[in-house]
Amino acid sequence: MTDTTVDVSREGSTAILRIHGEITGGSEPPIMAAYAEAGDARSIVLDFGQLDYMNSGGIGLLVTLLVRTQRAGQKLLAVGLSEHYRQILALTRLDEAIAIHDDEPAALAAAASPA
Amino acid sequence: MTSPDPRAPRDQESWARPVDRLTTTAQTTGQDTVTGRRVSGPVQGFGQMWQKTFAVRVPGDDHSPETVIAHWKESFSTFWPKGSTFYAPLAGIAPGEVALFEVPPVPGSPVKMSTGVMVIYADRESFTFMTPEGHALAAWITFSAYRDGDEVVAQAQALERTSDPFIELTYLFGANRANDRFWEQTLANLARSLGVSDPIVETTKVCVDKRRQWRYAGNMRHSPAVNMAVATVTAPARWVRRRRPTG
Repeated sequence: MTDTTVDVSREGSTAILRIHGEITGGSEPPIMAAYAEAGDARSIVLDFGQLDYMNSGGIGLLVTLLVRTQRAGQKLLAVGLSEHYRQILALTRLDEAIAIHDDEPAALAAAASPA
Repeated sequence: MTSPDPRAPRDQESWARPVDRLTTTAQTTGQDTVTGRRVSGPVQGFGQMWQKTFAVRVPGDDHSPETVIAHWKESFSTFWPKGSTFYAPLAGIAPGEVALFEVPPVPGSPVKMSTGVMVIYADRESFTFMTPEGHALAAWITFSAYRDGDEVVAQAQALERTSDPFIELTYLFGANRANDRFWEQTLANLARSLGVSDPIVETTKVCVDKRRQWRYAGNMRHSPAVNMAVATVTAPARWVRRRRPTG
């Protein structure tokens, strides 16, 4: 049983997935359902501002999500990371594939840029 | 004495701190090919991405997920198949520690490959290793246990890509299956040590990403096998250069 909820909203061609609670291997159903709801968005922003727990199963799930977005030609970005979770993305070298931004406006601007 | 910060995330103590280059307290009789290297996960690998799960059931009356994981951490090296050696770090399997090991490149080979892993995560019910550059696989492997009815399921789950095109080729020609057998034997040995007389290991393999990441083909420069081959081929030239009079 996992305590994960995800709210999905849309800003133009960018979908924002706000993750509340925890990310573990058991979070796959709510996170993948939210990704499916994002549909044909050109960019996906993961908002970790309400994240309070993540184990190594959760990191594995982020890689699975990353592969899906790459396959669909979408950008994957992250905002709202505390210093602790930034360190985890650095430790696992996921920060080389997921662009980290300080806040949502910066992520949306990066999402809209052509590069 | 300091008390824990109540605002700290619950997982804070379970994760290692990021490091630029690896160092280890493990003592190996072989070569340390890990110190000074960076970690490398499935994002940095070359080959197809696989998720492999190896699971075995043990009686839940005698064991809990916590006791299974404590036993696994404590005696990790003893469950490996014959011919492979695991050198634990002094502090044991704990976040941030780096272990070394020697494994035959193919089962039964007298030659041993030296490599290692960093413990990136550890709690009471799971622990995760990440491989260094130069390892055959760019991978995370998580060892965990959970209760399922009257039983406890112990499992090893790898998320992996081969590191470079050479290793990918060996995977296509049997190394992938040999790697599976390694973990199946390990899980069976773990179950036997927990009192299961005839363990059955269930293996599930999913290809998460069929594509190969050609931008990481250059990982071959970290490969001990490639470095050894280059050193062998260039040895005569180096020998001639050393004997040539200077001045």
